[in-house]
Amino acid sequence: MAVASVVILTVLTSAVVLGPLIWRVPINEIDFTARLTSPSWQHPFGTDDLGQDLLARMLYGGRISLAVGFAAMAVAIVAGTLIGAISGISRGSVDAVLMWVTDLFLALPQLPLLLLVIYLFRDFLKNWVGPEAGVFILIVMVIGGFRWMPVARLVRAQFLSLREKEFVEAARALGATTPRLVIRHILPNSLGPVIVAGTIDVAAAIIAESTLSFLGLGFPPDIPTWGRLLFDAKDYLDIAPHWALFAGAAIFLTVLAINFIGDGLRDALDPRKVM
Amino acid sequence: MGKYILRRLIIALPSLLGISLILFVLLALAPGDPFGELATNTNIPPEVRAALRVKFGIDDPVFVRYVRWLVAMLQGDWGFSFSSRINVDQLILQRVPTTLFVVGSSQILALAVALPVGVYAAMRPYSIFDQIANTLAFVGFSLPTFFTGLLLILIFSVNLGWLPFVYRTDIAATGWHWYWENFKQAIMPVAVLGLFQAASYTRYVRSAVLDVIRLDYVTTARSKGLHEGKVIVKHVVRNALIPVVTLVALQMPAVFGGAIVTEQIFRIPGIGSLLITAILANDTPVIMAVTFVFACLVVVFNLLADIIYGWLDPRISYR
Repeated sequence: MAVASVVILTVLTSAVVLGPLIWRVPINEIDFTARLTSPSWQHPFGTDDLGQDLLARMLYGGRISLAVGFAAMAVAIVAGTLIGAISGISRGSVDAVLMWVTDLFLALPQLPLLLLVIYLFRDFLKNWVGPEAGVFILIVMVIGGFRWMPVARLVRAQFLSLREKEFVEAARALGATTPRLVIRHILPNSLGPVIVAGTIDVAAAIIAESTLSFLGLGFPPDIPTWGRLLFDAKDYLDIAPHWALFAGAAIFLTVLAINFIGDGLRDALDPRKVM
Repeated sequence: MGKYILRRLIIALPSLLGISLILFVLLALAPGDPFGELATNTNIPPEVRAALRVKFGIDDPVFVRYVRWLVAMLQGDWGFSFSSRINVDQLILQRVPTTLFVVGSSQILALAVALPVGVYAAMRPYSIFDQIANTLAFVGFSLPTFFTGLLLILIFSVNLGWLPFVYRTDIAATGWHWYWENFKQAIMPVAVLGLFQAASYTRYVRSAVLDVIRLDYVTTARSKGLHEGKVIVKHVVRNALIPVVTLVALQMPAVFGGAIVTEQIFRIPGIGSLLITAILANDTPVIMAVTFVFACLVVVFNLLADIIYGWLDPRISYR
């Protein structure tokens, strides 16, 4: 299943990256004579209520959705690894303080705070870097900012167990400084669970971005991310179900593939096998 | 046990204060001024505007404002909604029962599905049932709730016309008919939320039972001649439930978050949709109060999870 998922994910990613180069229908070509048509040869996924081609919109939106997913995962992993590493390598008060901060962040209600931060800072960022880039930065930082805590805990747990091993002691006896110990010896060995958590983070980030767009609080309305397509489609369910079905199926397939890959990775990296 | 609860309470209160501080600082940092509109209103002279700012203490340092807000909240004064024109606590109290009903029923449904399926799948690992259950669980939590909600509406309300898709709290009926109408309108949102949770719970129950089922005391129980059902229920499930129950209690805040989306789709008048409407209407007091309610829920459920964990596993409460 995991291998099949890798194939599916590669197909989706390449479709999203290369698709707009092949299928050169513009995403905002309004054509009122072709409103809400079902899939046909001219419009393989049908059209929406303004006659815009859905395949083109989905390919374009897919880039953004996937980019948000991977970027948020990167933010979460970098932040979590940093904090977990610092916490794991230093004992005592630094560790206690960092873990207390982690617990505090873990206690924050995710979706309400996500909505709150976007509501508060959206205009400010829009004036600073422009609407799309501003919302992209905001969404990536906020989604990533809510997912670093499990990574930090995982990394810290790995550090606490790895720092007692002999190879670390040997390296220290050879005169390695602490940063060198961390970067060259302990960190590479602790990344297994982090990779698994990373794949789950991508799935969660994609769902979070779709949820935000679905609630109307994500990217500006003209950017066709998959969640936004669902938001627009939900009012036309009875006359144009293909619209919602294609957008939702895309999100579903991507998240499913990523979840299977994460599960496969966990099975491969986890020495405890259930017999 | 009492000391354990007290210790947990003492840790929970600073968390609540910390969360409320973060919320308040976020709001204070945000650009935008509640008196911004007044600045452009030519009817209000600058001295009056300055006096208003002093009266409401808007320019005081953040910490002073935070303490004032906290004291007001604790005294029960939760502010006045800009757009709904009633007190915020009244507004929230109107909406909480509906959300609690939907969320509570969905958790009961989730557990009712996940426990039997998870236990049975763990009793026969890697069998056909287990593989189907695993795959369905994956599919279940990969489907975003808004998609399943829309699909269900499409199938049951639009095409088949069996169930209403707008949730009404003022059903004009009595007795049996009222219950039936309520049940029909609640079934879809509860199913959407519940099955999504059931998918992740099933996998967790399965792995928890798998961890317990190969321990020595289970083999002892079987070799004593106990009926297999009794072994499973009395020994395995009771011990496997410990991490599961903690997970359920810890997931409650996320479920409330998920309820926000479901309430939007099915137009349920609960706290989640109150938050969304308040955000879209720039109604700051309501936003602050609802987010604070969510934060309180998180802390309360974490505390509950700790207490239940300590009760179920006496070894924990001795630490």
